[in-house]
Amino acid sequence: MNKKQKKMLIRIIVSAVLLGLLYGLGEVQILPPNGPIRFIGYMIPYAIIGYDILIKALKGIRNKQVFDEAFLMAVATIGAVALALYSGSGDYTEAIAVMLFYQIGEWFQSYAVGKSRRNISELMDIRPDYANVEKEGILEKVDPDEVEIGSMIVVQPGEKVPIDGIVVEGTSTLNTAALTGESLPRNVASGDEIISGCINETGVLKIQTTKEFGDSTVSKILDLVENASSRKSKSEDFITKFARIYTPAVVYAALALAILPPLVNIIILGNSAGWSIWIYRALTFLVASCPCALVVSIPLSFFAGIGGASKSGVLIKGSNYLEILSKTKTVVFDKTGTLTQGVFEVNGIHHNDISEYQLIEYAALAESASSHPISKSLQKAYGKEIDRNRVTDIQEISGNGVTAIVDGHSVAAGNDKLMDSLGVKYIHCHAVGTIIHMAIDGTYAGHIVISDIVKPHSKEAIRKLKHAGVKKTVMLTGDTANVAQSVAASLGIDQVYAQLLPADKVAKVEKLLEMKKDDKEVLAFVGDGMNDAPVLRRADIGIAMGAMGSDAAIEAADIVLMDDDPMQIVKAIKISRKSLRIVYQNIVFAIGIKLLCLLLVAVGVANMWLAVFADVGVMIIAVINAIRTLFVKNL
Amino acid sequence: MKKSYKIDVDCAACADKMEVAAKKTAGVKDASVNFMALKMNVEFDEGADAKAVMQDVRSNCKKVEDDCEVFI
Repeated sequence: MNKKQKKMLIRIIVSAVLLGLLYGLGEVQILPPNGPIRFIGYMIPYAIIGYDILIKALKGIRNKQVFDEAFLMAVATIGAVALALYSGSGDYTEAIAVMLFYQIGEWFQSYAVGKSRRNISELMDIRPDYANVEKEGILEKVDPDEVEIGSMIVVQPGEKVPIDGIVVEGTSTLNTAALTGESLPRNVASGDEIISGCINETGVLKIQTTKEFGDSTVSKILDLVENASSRKSKSEDFITKFARIYTPAVVYAALALAILPPLVNIIILGNSAGWSIWIYRALTFLVASCPCALVVSIPLSFFAGIGGASKSGVLIKGSNYLEILSKTKTVVFDKTGTLTQGVFEVNGIHHNDISEYQLIEYAALAESASSHPISKSLQKAYGKEIDRNRVTDIQEISGNGVTAIVDGHSVAAGNDKLMDSLGVKYIHCHAVGTIIHMAIDGTYAGHIVISDIVKPHSKEAIRKLKHAGVKKTVMLTGDTANVAQSVAASLGIDQVYAQLLPADKVAKVEKLLEMKKDDKEVLAFVGDGMNDAPVLRRADIGIAMGAMGSDAAIEAADIVLMDDDPMQIVKAIKISRKSLRIVYQNIVFAIGIKLLCLLLVAVGVANMWLAVFADVGVMIIAVINAIRTLFVKNL
Repeated sequence: MKKSYKIDVDCAACADKMEVAAKKTAGVKDASVNFMALKMNVEFDEGADAKAVMQDVRSNCKKVEDDCEVFI
């Protein structure tokens, strides 16, 4: 509770006690049923609870901002007091109670919003406060912002890694839970890359920084999360526009309710006007009309949803994306690194004339310039240091393979397209995997089979996506049809497009976007961020996964999954569905109850007490409902 | 030029009013108020003096919502 809230709470309690006391004194007839003493007595709690509202309403009028809540409340309560004076009933309780309940509502709202704001900020608290810089053997705590690239920093056990870098000394396990929501610790040793935001658990680490604090993972993530709710969703825009029209509209409706029926009574029906009845109804109408339940609960739902999601390692770049994601009907996956681990292994060598070892050696040397996972696996199978001096004339043919001169021999390593273009007759392989045909000096030298491993949760993730309402799953890959089909079949994916170059993937996604029956159906693309940036941008919603440390992915995607577990996709969609469900519940509930109460008030069935419920009660229920979006752990 | 400022305000509707007021201020190209994060992101016109413009933004916000603050 902050100072303002404490002060308000005291005002609420004091005026509530006073009001009860006055009512009691009235019941035992110590306080006269009407007259100036009673009036003054009741005005004390009214002033205590409502002075700021009255002042605010006056200031509003002066600044030509008449249609706000303070104005509604001031008019309604002053009107009710005036009515009690005019009719001589001496019943001021209602006016004061209305103000009291309004203030209780405001207090609760401020408290609840403040509390969830704090909770969510705590969830996202991965900001390191300092970095230990080593200077002449002495550790000095400095602001992470002041650490230059290439500095040596030391991270003690229990501390957060403040800046991205490379471990130079020490081994330890890292807790990445704050980043990924995954509590499985990661081991690091010297030579490993390390990203900021992890917590060092066991050993002392000496790290050479490779980035400035501002460019480090932790800053990027914080930036992203802090700006997330600035991109407003359609629901939020709707509520804002609704409130802008709604408040003046109800004020005019109340005015009409106060004036028109009495005039009709006098002029047409010739009855007595019944001014006090209709003015009372108009005032009640004003109390009931307050739109605060909607205005506060919708942004709160989105904020809490984004906060809860980031706690579990799902970073959502804006409320709008949280909203769109919930309508996902088609999920397009990139295969490598998304559904499969992207870790390739040499699984077989067939039809070779030279020794297996020699074939691998040639392949590894020819592919030595590439950082593609396939080349890495060849280099791994080769097992020795690559002597680049033995290789010249390396030419990468995108989507086909490479040609190079190794030890004076022309070596070609690639797929069947490469062999066709070189006019080399190759032998088709029946094994499932990526096939690298080799040609040395223009003659076929056999092929190497490399296969990728499917991630353990991929199959379950696909099944759960279907469960969560996704209608179609599609897989895109640069791999051969053979491999693609077998992976898709084992995972239960509906459609497969194989042998695509990076540019083809964009075209395919565009085609899939055209095929949508309905604009409301959303197509999400999931990739691992390597080479997928254009596709991530083109899809309705781009999801990058395993993005720890990959800047391009964080920038191109709308949603970033910190972990590379495909179950996170399911989680992201479930979080968005839950948030949106709560948003719609609140919209329907709040508007529905409001309209019903307004109607009841207008026809005279409801009194001021029901109106107070329509205002404060609905708001409290909506806020509590909105806070539910924060809890996403068990989705 | 874009800048982000901390704000203090009690209700979501008031935050919306501040946004409208900030947008109307001379020298402001675009502004958005984030009620939950209590932040105002302001994009200034080319060549505008951010400090002077923010003083106007602050007084304009105070006009529409008495009980608010923009920390410049």
